Amino acid sequence: MIEVKDIYKSFGDHDVLKGISTTFEKGKTNLIIGQSGSGKTVFLKCLLGLFIPDKGSISYNGHDYLDLSDDERSDLRAEMGMVFQGSALFDSMTIAENVMFPLKMFTKQSKSEMQDRVNFVLKRVNLADAHKKLPSEASGGMQKRVAIARAIVNKPKYLFCDEPNSGLDPKTATVIDNLIQEITQEYDITTMINTHDMNSVMEIGEKIIFLKDGLKEWEGSNKTIFKTDNEAVTNFVYSSDLFKRVQKMYLEEDM
Amino acid sequence: MSYIHNIGAYFLMIKEMFRKPTKWSVMRGLIFKDIDDLIIGSLGIVAFISFFVGGVVTIQTALNISNPLIPKYLVGFATRQSVILEFAPTFISIIMAGKVGSFITSSIGTMRVTEQIDALEVMGINAINYLVFPKFVSLMLYPFVISIAMFLGILGGMAACIYGGFSTLDDYITGVQMDFIPFHMTYAFIKTFVFAFLLATIPSYYGYFMKGGALEVGKASTTAFVWTSVMIILLNYILTQMLLS
Repeated sequence: MIEVKDIYKSFGDHDVLKGISTTFEKGKTNLIIGQSGSGKTVFLKCLLGLFIPDKGSISYNGHDYLDLSDDERSDLRAEMGMVFQGSALFDSMTIAENVMFPLKMFTKQSKSEMQDRVNFVLKRVNLADAHKKLPSEASGGMQKRVAIARAIVNKPKYLFCDEPNSGLDPKTATVIDNLIQEITQEYDITTMINTHDMNSVMEIGEKIIFLKDGLKEWEGSNKTIFKTDNEAVTNFVYSSDLFKRVQKMYLEEDM
Repeated sequence: MSYIHNIGAYFLMIKEMFRKPTKWSVMRGLIFKDIDDLIIGSLGIVAFISFFVGGVVTIQTALNISNPLIPKYLVGFATRQSVILEFAPTFISIIMAGKVGSFITSSIGTMRVTEQIDALEVMGINAINYLVFPKFVSLMLYPFVISIAMFLGILGGMAACIYGGFSTLDDYITGVQMDFIPFHMTYAFIKTFVFAFLLATIPSYYGYFMKGGALEVGKASTTAFVWTSVMIILLNYILTQMLLS
């Protein structure tokens, strides 16, 4: 579980996060949503330790990240998996080498053990035949799946995904969403997804936090988000015609 | 203020480069890859430039010796001194600042832009040690490149001297061997090690701390080349003053 208490982050005169508190539970897919510029990425990077908050605390299973020594932070980071918006695969390595990288860095496994684990994980993300390809030879959807494979290969306790569906077609986006949710439940990990994709919200949003102007505006789930009367949330959720129709459907159901 | 900030950040990066080392089994592979990219990959251009510039130095020296009282073997002597003292360590280092430096800045800068450095940091890896240290170690073989440059510069001079008819082979070799001071080699290699350090770290600094997109990668490469060249020229002067005067 990750517990966030009242975190603030500014860049120069610009206050990006203005006191956010929440908890992310184990075994659940937690979504952070909000418009562009609402502070989602900065919030996620604070959780990851890439940015240090100006104020507040972030606790991982009761241990405050900011109180940890450098070595303890490194150990904690080894328990984190991250899927970046642009996949961030190492372009000088093949897909199999990318996935094997965390094992090489943090385990003492033999080469055959690492190879077995890589084969298993690549098979898990339906990329059993892509070992020798370079990231540049893979499609956007494949790259995202490789990034997920790399993030979970070392059995992390925390999985972070920054807009995992951006730039993908709706069908591939759904495959990625389902894959992340299945992995979260299968490995019983704490997953945080930064997104503004409403399909993801509907499909896998077990817990949703809505950020607006650096503040937590609303918190709920995919069961409650379509029924909330919070104006900022409804403006965001029903900004497309498709979801306006969904809203109408919900209203008709209620009547 | 930004100069002071950059100097401070540069020295902090160097400190960080030696902290929390990457697993040796991984680092070994990175070092060999960088030796291939930075040292072996530079031999061709260094050999080509050294041979022909050595030839040019010889021709220009020979053409400027119009007094018949000046012995012909001075052509070989002047070529050796120019190549060993200045051309090989300094001129080649400035060329390497363009070739190797822009490669280092653009490869690390691209990793920054595409979040690959963030990915390393999230995994708990000391990204500076992972990226910069292998370049630093591999460039410690840079004196080997400079040795080849020295040899080929003198050889190119010899070829130009003989084929241009400026002096005989015997005269040239006599000149090359005349009044040789071994400390000049020590001086040249001290400079080479210092320049190797600059070649590994200044372009890495500009790549690692760059912000923005593809356009900024290009700008960072240019800035890295300019500052590496400036520092090479400046330290060349300081080291020459300290070691030779």
